[in-house]
Amino acid sequence: MIRIAGLRKNFGALEVLQGIDARIPAGTVTGIVGPNAAGKTTLIKSILGLTRPDCGIIEVDGERVNGDELYRRRIGYMPQIARFPSNLSGAELLAMLRELRPDAGETDEELIRTFGLGLELSKKLNTLSGGTRQKINAVAAFMFKPDLLILDEPTAGLDPRSSSVLKDKILAERRNGRTFVITSHVMTELEELADEVIFISDGKVRFSGSVRQIKDLTRQANLERAVAELMRSGAAA
Amino acid sequence: MSATVSVQPAGVWDVAKPQMRNVLRSKWLFCYALFFVVATEGLLRFTGGDAKTLLSLANVVLFVIPLVTVVYGTIYLYNSREFVELLLAHPLKRRTVYFGLYLGLAAPIISAFIAGVSIPFVTRGLLVDARGPLATLLAGGAALTLAFTALAFCIALRFEDRLTGLGAAMAIWLLFALVYDGVVLFIVSIMSDHSIEKSLLVVSLANPIDLVRIALLLQFDISALMGYTGAVFNRFFSGAIGLGVISAALATWIGAPVFLGLHSFKRKDF
Repeated sequence: MIRIAGLRKNFGALEVLQGIDARIPAGTVTGIVGPNAAGKTTLIKSILGLTRPDCGIIEVDGERVNGDELYRRRIGYMPQIARFPSNLSGAELLAMLRELRPDAGETDEELIRTFGLGLELSKKLNTLSGGTRQKINAVAAFMFKPDLLILDEPTAGLDPRSSSVLKDKILAERRNGRTFVITSHVMTELEELADEVIFISDGKVRFSGSVRQIKDLTRQANLERAVAELMRSGAAA
Repeated sequence: MSATVSVQPAGVWDVAKPQMRNVLRSKWLFCYALFFVVATEGLLRFTGGDAKTLLSLANVVLFVIPLVTVVYGTIYLYNSREFVELLLAHPLKRRTVYFGLYLGLAAPIISAFIAGVSIPFVTRGLLVDARGPLATLLAGGAALTLAFTALAFCIALRFEDRLTGLGAAMAIWLLFALVYDGVVLFIVSIMSDHSIEKSLLVVSLANPIDLVRIALLLQFDISALMGYTGAVFNRFFSGAIGLGVISAALATWIGAPVFLGLHSFKRKDF
């Protein structure tokens, strides 16, 4: 689904991505993990075309990401911070997004029902709580039935019930063959969702493989311990 | 995979429309319109609607529009940062998003200004008498809004740091609204022995606020109140030619920052 080769990005003197190579297979959930400032968000933004890499290749389904916007028809993005035009209602926001995607066909608005958002959608977005805005953010990401969903800290700010609703949705859509790229600091969550893990630190891929493999490699019983072990050994090396 | 479709892709208007709705509903824009209602009504009440009223009003407009537009435009773009990222994650060209944001902000500000100034003229039945100079004033205010919104976008795209950006916005306004006049006076006073009128013409083209001021003064035909660059300008360009030169220069003052901003927007890492 996604192939990344030799991806580099500097912000001034700061080398954020120092040659990333990665493959994200179709129909899987891939968790991107790593310490703060490792380059996770820059990597995601490069896939979305929000950030232009200095060199390297990104291909989404064999299509080079090179400034053309059409490949994004297949992508749904849930940014970490949900900030919308403050004087619009949630319903108006979703209507606006629908107009931006005239080719979308029938939309998936199941999450509106499962989150119980009905009444909230008629209120102005700046009067909603951060968690409610995050739910609308999730609705927007799934709405156009994208083949690839990129979720940046998707459950941050959600209460346990809403978080479970979102995770159920992710697993259901994965069964429908969709591909997910998820960053998260909550390892138990990734353990529940992810098939594959890419561990990034200091702008390089330090580990890439299945959840099983990372546990075997570090001889740890769960993902959180395994990633912690990788961070420790990375710091020592 | 979805098959190739021949549906018309979303355009500038699809991005601009909800932005306009958002800005039109802001309390801030309501206050901006109200300010022009109160200022215009006050001036009409005390002076009676002749050329002097419009001239006083013009001074308020020339002072307030650049300041409010450049500061609000900068803040608006900083506040829209996350939403711009969300828009850019959709299959939209950066150019479409940029012009959508620009129109979505500039159009409501212009309509608030036009409504605010026009309402007192309409309610007092002065619209017909004052239509010529009033039209120039409204067009000039609209041009300044377009120019300073574009400058605001250039600033917000250039500086990552909000405080630096806000400082730059204030600096741009100070430069055009205050420093410029001081510099012109200074040049005139030290160069009084030389014939510098032609160079002053060029200088007046370098300031959009001064251009609108000259356009208004040409229209009102009060050469005594024209200021230095205005008096010189009037001698070289009168009537239609003068307005033509000013319009062309103002169009450049709108077009140049708009395309400079577009250039930054296309290259920016969000």
